Amino acid sequence: MANQTSATFENQAMWAGGRSPFNLSYGKLMMWIFLLSDAFTFSSLLVGYGAIRFSYSGAAVSWPDPSAIFNHFPFMHGYFLPLLFVSLMTFILILSSVTMVLAVEAGHRNSKKEVSKYMFYTVLGGLAFLGCQAWEWTQFITDKGRLDSNFFGITEQGYNHLKQVKFGDHFHWVDGDRTWGPVPFASLFFIVTGFHGFHVFSGVVLNVIIWINTLRGTYERRGHYEMVEKVGLYWHFVDLVWVFVFTFYYLI
Amino acid sequence: MSTAAAHGAHADAHEHHHESFIRKYIFSTDHKMISRQFLITGIVMGVIGMVMSILFRLQLAWPDQKFAILEMLLGRWAKGGVLDANFYMALVTIHGTIMVFYVLTAGLSGTFSNLLIPLQCGARDMASPFMNMLSYWFFFLSSVVLCWSFFVETGPASAGWTVYPPLSALEKAMPGSGFGMTLWLVAIALFIVSALLGGVNYISTVLNMRTKGMSMNRLPLTIWAFFFTAILGLLSFPVLLGAALFLIFDRSFGTSFYLSDIWLNGVGALENVGGSPILYQHLFWFLGHPEVYIILMPALGITSEVIATNARKPIFGYTAMVISLMGISILSFIVWGHHMFITGMNPFLGSVFMFLTLVIAVPSAVKVFNYLTTLWRGNIRFTPAMLFAIGLVSFFISGGLTGIYLGNAALDINLHDSYFVVAHFHLVMGSAAIFGMFSGIYHWFPKMFGRLMNNTLGYFHFWLTFIAAYLVFFPMHFMGLAGVPRRYYAFSVIPEFNVWLEVNQLITVAAIMAGFAQVLFLWNFFYSIFRGKKSDANPWNSNTLEWSTPVEHIHGNWPGEIPTVYRGPYEYSREDREEDFYPQHIPGDDEGHGHGAPKTKSAPVHTEEPAAQSGNVLFSALKKVFGFSPR
Repeated sequence: MANQTSATFENQAMWAGGRSPFNLSYGKLMMWIFLLSDAFTFSSLLVGYGAIRFSYSGAAVSWPDPSAIFNHFPFMHGYFLPLLFVSLMTFILILSSVTMVLAVEAGHRNSKKEVSKYMFYTVLGGLAFLGCQAWEWTQFITDKGRLDSNFFGITEQGYNHLKQVKFGDHFHWVDGDRTWGPVPFASLFFIVTGFHGFHVFSGVVLNVIIWINTLRGTYERRGHYEMVEKVGLYWHFVDLVWVFVFTFYYLI
Repeated sequence: MSTAAAHGAHADAHEHHHESFIRKYIFSTDHKMISRQFLITGIVMGVIGMVMSILFRLQLAWPDQKFAILEMLLGRWAKGGVLDANFYMALVTIHGTIMVFYVLTAGLSGTFSNLLIPLQCGARDMASPFMNMLSYWFFFLSSVVLCWSFFVETGPASAGWTVYPPLSALEKAMPGSGFGMTLWLVAIALFIVSALLGGVNYISTVLNMRTKGMSMNRLPLTIWAFFFTAILGLLSFPVLLGAALFLIFDRSFGTSFYLSDIWLNGVGALENVGGSPILYQHLFWFLGHPEVYIILMPALGITSEVIATNARKPIFGYTAMVISLMGISILSFIVWGHHMFITGMNPFLGSVFMFLTLVIAVPSAVKVFNYLTTLWRGNIRFTPAMLFAIGLVSFFISGGLTGIYLGNAALDINLHDSYFVVAHFHLVMGSAAIFGMFSGIYHWFPKMFGRLMNNTLGYFHFWLTFIAAYLVFFPMHFMGLAGVPRRYYAFSVIPEFNVWLEVNQLITVAAIMAGFAQVLFLWNFFYSIFRGKKSDANPWNSNTLEWSTPVEHIHGNWPGEIPTVYRGPYEYSREDREEDFYPQHIPGDDEGHGHGAPKTKSAPVHTEEPAAQSGNVLFSALKKVFGFSPR
């Protein structure tokens, strides 16, 4: 029960009334509650996205097909690689969640060396994700995605053109393939992924703080690594939200 | 978290005080001080909101009359002594915003959650005192930003407190859509941060920091109410944040989430395409409806406590009260559509929302009946707090009944945006909640400031406010039924509505009377802080834990150990006791005296293991669901 002890250490100091209701320290409880509320913020954005998107069903220029837009990959200019890059991003983020799990687990064993190692990997993963996102935004903006306009109205000719390309083929838009399309598509892309990116950024900052504290031995002196668990909860949440963003924005 | 640590940090050999002025009165982390900060800020905002309401009432009653004093006070907003139409809209908007968010959300919930959650649960302070302090300062900053918007060139936001687009989204739609609207959004964003920081704290404190023996089913109903209120706020304010985010982008960065291709003053289509203002309404009312209960439920909790204490009777149906609070909380999330019956909603969806809305009458009625049955044959002490609590019940009934009309989709089509709606919500959530707040202030004033408020002034305050509130809002029902729309600047231009001019004058006179009554309150409040009669530790002979703390506030609340709790909070007038109250923390031999025990459920206690830890069905179920293993 070693890990149980470390998890409830702070708890015992605070809680005088026999068994605590959730057997959690108040700090971890706060993080859970905050995440619940943050989930509602993301839900409101995604529900807004859904409502606007469905209002375009049957419109003259239909909602763009994501695979027609997000098909670039660094150093593979001109090749048709739909959703490959965003899959890589997703993989990186999930990988950083794995290293976070390992850091939390090492924290239960009070192994400072391993916690700092895995925290470092997690920070690295977060930074890599942010870098990928920056690249993708740049690509999107280069392709004339703007907050107030969207050049991804794909015409019938464009769809026919797309149907002929296979994965990995050379592909370039030609005149008449694209027209001005649903404006909210681009603005929603920036807001939803931007809001998520802001969360990842905050998470990286938190992770760096925890990493530095670990290196300085703060938690070793404290006798438990509960702070790692708390930021871990946040990090997994951000990861989970990305799964939804990825599903709703890129896959469907 | 210990007092020792706090002392160690601030002890200064040269100073007599433990804490510097700034630490104690300004950036304080002590929940009692933060609660007083919330209260004073709330009162200041309340005065601003009330003065605004009197200003626009003057306009409605005497639309063509010139008041020279108005020009003196307001300058270009009242040229020639007549209120400017744009400024009238701003007044209505800011009055609503201030009253709903700043007074009745932060002022009510912020004050009493902060004061009572640690004291009544038996905790030294909030779970995170630092976040608690941040919560107040975000609120303060938000108030400052909102007040700043009065002084900008184009005036404060004027799109109504719900700030529907396009008025709120297009900067040129009306003067109030300009910079004032941006400041409104910034203020609300700060407010949401404050509400979230507070809410996270309240919930974790209630769940995790109760004292020995204080199981959930022994919590005072105030705490239950604050607990559910915090949950509502925590789950609904983020959605407003999302809505505001879209709105800010629409306003400032050219997106069109809420804007479709519309025409403005007959000239030029907008650049915007593809959005829908209805989306904003859905997102807004997903907050907006729970917000009604965020306002009301703390007041209901305070009323439960005050009525039980002053009727010297256990509250009737403790469990029913908790379950009805829970029912109201859950239902409040799935009825927002009843604010939008006339938006062209699918009639089937409308009927679902209508059904769910009418179901809310059930838990509400449970609460009302339980208040009345608690009062029934009670040994009632009519303190000002008790009068205000009974006043709340009165408003809750009279305002609640019209809720049944408005919840009906077919009737709502006729009544929507009329004075009937104004009458309804001002009675049921405005007056009722403010009466709950007054009740709380009178009741816990001795706890907050160590002194008692003057009773005579309190009685005058109550009766004047009570009568004035009914005189103001009751006639509005008839105006609304006759089709008088709300938010109109002057009815004198519409001949059909001229018949209501005299009623409008009556309402305005009553509103001024209510304003005068609040001056009595303010005098009483501020005078009593410094010169009031000193209070005993337990002036109302109440059972709950907060009265076991010393009158002088100390950091950490209890000088010694936190008291252990042995029974529920409403053990009044027990036959086996000489006194008519039985504080929660007094050890007692409850066993063997079952016959005289009141109806409140209290587990047989006084064993080594503080009992009833396992007695809570709700929590064992939650524990099962979440898989937290017992230690």
